Amino acid sequence: MTAVLKHELRGYFHTFTAYVFGAFLLAIVGFGAMLYNLQAAVSNFEYVLSFGSIIFVVIVPILTMRVIAEERRQKTDQLLYSLPISTTQVVLGKFLALLAVYLVPLGIICLYPLIFAQFGEVYLPTSYGSLLAIFIMGAALIAMGIFISSLTDNQGLAAGIGIAAILFNYYSVSLSEYVSSTAFGSLVALAVLILALGAVIRFVTKSDVLAGGVCLALLAAVCVIGYTDYTLFEGLLPDIMRTLSLFERFNTFVSGVFDMTAVVYYLSVIVFFLFLTVQSLEKRRYN
Amino acid sequence: MIKVEHLTKYYGDFLAVDDLSFEIEEGHVYGFLGPNGAGKTTTMNIMTGCLSATSGQVAIGGFDIFEEADQAKRLIGYLPEQPPLYMNETPLEYLRFVGEAKGLRGEELDQQINKVIRQVRIENVAGRRISALSKGYRQRVGIAQALLGSPKVIVLDEPTVGLDPLQIIEIRDLIRQLGQEHTVILSSHILSEVQAICEKILIIAHGRLVAFDTPDRLEASLLSAGEISLLADGPASEVKSLLAEVEHISSLTLEQTPDGLVSARLTTDSKDIHGVSRRVFYAFASRRHALLEMTLKRASLEDIFIELTENGASGEPDADQPESGEEKQ
Repeated sequence: MTAVLKHELRGYFHTFTAYVFGAFLLAIVGFGAMLYNLQAAVSNFEYVLSFGSIIFVVIVPILTMRVIAEERRQKTDQLLYSLPISTTQVVLGKFLALLAVYLVPLGIICLYPLIFAQFGEVYLPTSYGSLLAIFIMGAALIAMGIFISSLTDNQGLAAGIGIAAILFNYYSVSLSEYVSSTAFGSLVALAVLILALGAVIRFVTKSDVLAGGVCLALLAAVCVIGYTDYTLFEGLLPDIMRTLSLFERFNTFVSGVFDMTAVVYYLSVIVFFLFLTVQSLEKRRYN
Repeated sequence: MIKVEHLTKYYGDFLAVDDLSFEIEEGHVYGFLGPNGAGKTTTMNIMTGCLSATSGQVAIGGFDIFEEADQAKRLIGYLPEQPPLYMNETPLEYLRFVGEAKGLRGEELDQQINKVIRQVRIENVAGRRISALSKGYRQRVGIAQALLGSPKVIVLDEPTVGLDPLQIIEIRDLIRQLGQEHTVILSSHILSEVQAICEKILIIAHGRLVAFDTPDRLEASLLSAGEISLLADGPASEVKSLLAEVEHISSLTLEQTPDGLVSARLTTDSKDIHGVSRRVFYAFASRRHALLEMTLKRASLEDIFIELTENGASGEPDADQPESGEEKQ
């Protein structure tokens, strides 16, 4: 794993990737700090982070698009398969390297609240709570990006899907106000979600039985619940969209609440997508 | 060293490897021979842990490649058909990564890297970007990667494809050298190449092993059904009567050449082709009739290859399924 980690890090810092990522992140946060903290003279640094979080839509896919897609295109994935390291180690090594790249600009950003504190009252716990939250949220988005990159050998496609996925995630709360909140609408949406999940499982595992089984089990569960208490489905779809949104949970931290459930949620998202990535890579061995 | 038992691999419905079993001993150069789509790459990918098998076992030095992947993979160095190189790195950086991934550290890592760089002779390009290297050098970097950690077995998939003749000769020499220290398995569809380098040949057609022997023995096995062609002084009638006394001649064609000589082609059913040629010689000699030329037509590896693979072809029409198509799925 350390071999992969070192190799990836060398790769990022030898090319533009790490610098572009860092520059974008620092630029938007710097711009936000100027806008909120300097011009408007607001002492809450967390607002800057909330403002800047939209940049993840662009920079995370830039960072993660090549991570596995490029290995595939260059056929170096065969090397990784033939080396005495497990797929899990490869994926973890790559993830940790990306985290390190992410931590460099974030480390610089960590100084901002301290600097501002020299010139006025800054409530540091909220600032640093939000910084920690944005770190974990970014890590979750990176894990998602790695998984998307593992689905294709085309970097551009990986970036496109990544941007779409993160953008949807960003706006899902606003969108949730427009989607149907009736029980029937939620039921249909649930069915579509379950089928989509089945399609992902089918794609990753190439097993019709598993995908079909999971779909059937979930659909049956939905039917049973619907039969016993139909009203449960009212407003469910907007709720789901709000619950799944990574960005919405981040805003809790910005409001000054250190939400442990959000941290657990982010960590689960990381584990979930890294697991899917390992499966996606393993699948190529079983094609 | 390597034991392959009842290996079967399906790609969807396509049967790529069909109940393949063989055993490879330590310290020889083995050649995997077969037409494109015969299952060579698939077999090699499975042997090196890059691909799973539908059923069957592969053991490397006693370690199962699927169950004890780590130990098994440490015994193998693999160069896939397309060398898996990171184009924007230098050979030094690349080899350092592979060495670390193979568990080498510190001084040992440096020593190993220097050793393989010398072995494949890439000293003068070790600091250049791989993307700027010629195909021959890239191939060498790929071989260097396989050699790191001095694994007992080196597997090379079509190591000379796409190289110019001089590079091919150099790579072949290199492989021969490697054969002194390692067990080398290489695949090829070029028969002369396998004949030149390998001590044992495995011929694969349609995922099945159709022959496993030394190049000489494979050749000898078809020599017995051989042909003798000769050139003698005329006239044809005398040559014919002369040859009529020789036993074991199953067919004979004679032809008068414009300059008054006779060329004859005879086939024999005898297992001992030299016995027949000896008798032909004495038949001519006893009558003091000049025998100008006598050639035993040896079956070349090409002939064996065509014979064996066509026999195996009966069931499967799509022999030209491209090998690379396997990776696309």
